[in-house]
Amino acid sequence: MSKKKGFLEFVAGNRFIHILLSILLGFLVGAIFLAIMGLSVGEAYGRLITSVTSLKGFSYVIVYSIPYIVVGLSVAFSFKTGVFNIGAEGQFVMGSMAAAVVGILAGGLPKIVLIPLCFLAAMLAGAIWGVIVGFLKTKWGINEVLSMIMFNWVAFYLSNFIAGIPAIHSDGTAEATKNISDNASTLLSKDLINSLGLCPTANWGILVAIAVTVLVWFIIEKTTLGYELKAVGSNKFAAEYGGINVNRSILTALAISGALAGLGGSLQLMGMGSRISVFSSQEGFGFAGIVVALIGCSNPFGVLIAGIFYGALTFGGSKLNLVGAPTQLINVIVGTVVFFIAISIIFQRLRYIRKPAKPKAPAPDKKANGKEAAEK
Amino acid sequence: MTNLVNTLGIMLYATLIYMTPLLYASLGSCFSEVSGVINIGIEGMMTAGAFTGTVVAYFTGNPWIGFLCGGLAGAFFGMLHAIATVNLGADQTIAGTAINMLGPGIVIMIAKVMFNSTDTIPLEASMKIPRLFRGVFDTSTVFGRFMDNVFANYAATYLVFIAALVVWFVFYKTRFGLRLRACGEHPQACETLGIDVLKMRFACVCISGFLSGLGGAFVTMAISNQFRPISIVGQGFIAIAAVIFGKFRPHGALLGCLLFGFCSGLKVVLGGSSGIDMQLISMIPYVVTVIVLVLFVGKSRVPSANGRPFVRAK
Repeated sequence: MSKKKGFLEFVAGNRFIHILLSILLGFLVGAIFLAIMGLSVGEAYGRLITSVTSLKGFSYVIVYSIPYIVVGLSVAFSFKTGVFNIGAEGQFVMGSMAAAVVGILAGGLPKIVLIPLCFLAAMLAGAIWGVIVGFLKTKWGINEVLSMIMFNWVAFYLSNFIAGIPAIHSDGTAEATKNISDNASTLLSKDLINSLGLCPTANWGILVAIAVTVLVWFIIEKTTLGYELKAVGSNKFAAEYGGINVNRSILTALAISGALAGLGGSLQLMGMGSRISVFSSQEGFGFAGIVVALIGCSNPFGVLIAGIFYGALTFGGSKLNLVGAPTQLINVIVGTVVFFIAISIIFQRLRYIRKPAKPKAPAPDKKANGKEAAEK
Repeated sequence: MTNLVNTLGIMLYATLIYMTPLLYASLGSCFSEVSGVINIGIEGMMTAGAFTGTVVAYFTGNPWIGFLCGGLAGAFFGMLHAIATVNLGADQTIAGTAINMLGPGIVIMIAKVMFNSTDTIPLEASMKIPRLFRGVFDTSTVFGRFMDNVFANYAATYLVFIAALVVWFVFYKTRFGLRLRACGEHPQACETLGIDVLKMRFACVCISGFLSGLGGAFVTMAISNQFRPISIVGQGFIAIAAVIFGKFRPHGALLGCLLFGFCSGLKVVLGGSSGIDMQLISMIPYVVTVIVLVLFVGKSRVPSANGRPFVRAK
């Protein structure tokens, strides 16, 4: 009995376990849906697992996860600094378009110059898109969520407009930009891909993603800048009293967050897409970034793992058709996971399960919450 | 002159068509946000309503039962959001994000099972939301055509204006509305006065789901005649933006939706005749919204307790 209680208490107190439980419950709900549809749960999940565990499959997963990780970091960074970057979508689009423009127009430059230039252009474009919103907020008090939603769509149409400019537009019939120069591509060499048996879009963007993960962790945890931004995020009045320039902090946070989302756009383009199609609807990388940041608890390393998890689900999910299961199942699973992460307080209550003697078991829990609310 | 009147008629028609679903969702969003619960899941609730409305109308043949069921489907997801945010004190942004994935995920999956496609079967004209005053105006004259464009509109469009009036009345002229607003400003004070904050918020989030569901159903049962995964693309977020634009007041949200709808109408008119690039024209509603905000509206004050879970003190 005491051992079991100890276990429950361990489960109740561990954030990481809550996420694992949420993921399990997500798959459980997915299984229920599969069963209702009369499909074999084993077959569908078996397909999901086998498609991501082969070397080729796993290389696909990594390639898929690169933009999710970097955009996830962008959103996580914004959460840490008290802004909700719902505008990552627009910053992502601007970033990938900036990288495309540089990658097409300056295609003659050698790889060693062109690739950093593309990254830089993308980060700059994303940062500008973030800073405009920040400027509207700090200068005129315009709610950032509102302007971000608007700027997501402006970016969407601006990207479509740029894709239509003759110098950028594809020479063929495709409704897309030209392909970026090979010198701007982050793809691994054909020989290496073939000899290792990786997927055809295998690229070294994941190394950038990992480096950025470490960098974001370093900025948030180890620098004065990170400390200031976090201080503004948790209580801007206290931060201002402490001598931090709140407006400048908000602008900095949005610039960094925007630069990250823009970088995600360029990594996606230079590794996978090599050109940008004229969109008919938003591609949802920004939204995926929010989900990844939430699953990763806004911790940079958590985001790295969550990004790969999301990449695995997206890639594996695209194979579900083969066993007759709808691809949308993945959204239901991920949605359920996020839902349980939101209500992970129920896992904390596991602590009180084995106390039948006290009828008012949840009382101390509520007290703890009351304190939390009071602190806020 | 003839042309001008014609164009104006088309523009007003487009304005009304664009704004109706937004206004339903915005009114819903008002309920939730003003009572103190951030509801970013409007988009998911609209999608659920859009699908359910079309399917029910298709099988019953009655648009109004479909429309109502669309609302109820939205309310179901509203209830999920309420359980998470109000009863379990969840982070409201996270829960809303989950709703935005679950809503479309579940309904598109059901569509796949029911119709073996992600699209539903198109509704026949009799199953769509009817247009009032159709044929009342003599469309052979310029003036008649104008009147036909503007007033021979979907019944649900008339309904949304009535709904806006009712919501305004409820918010500012009833005891329920006073309590609702108080819950979003200072829930602790409400509780000391004997108002059940949790119950109030629960009800408001469900209402917000219901109204969002109606908005979604309007998209697939009036503007279009079938549900497709791209039926609801961002309208939910625009609706939230309209509420912030309107400073969290129903009449303000009405103006926000009207402005947005009008700019979308402008887009339709300009897109046909002028030589300007369509992509640039499409930006107008979004850019104008921001400009109007900067020039005329300014800072929008969020209800004080918005976003904070309320935990009853023991």
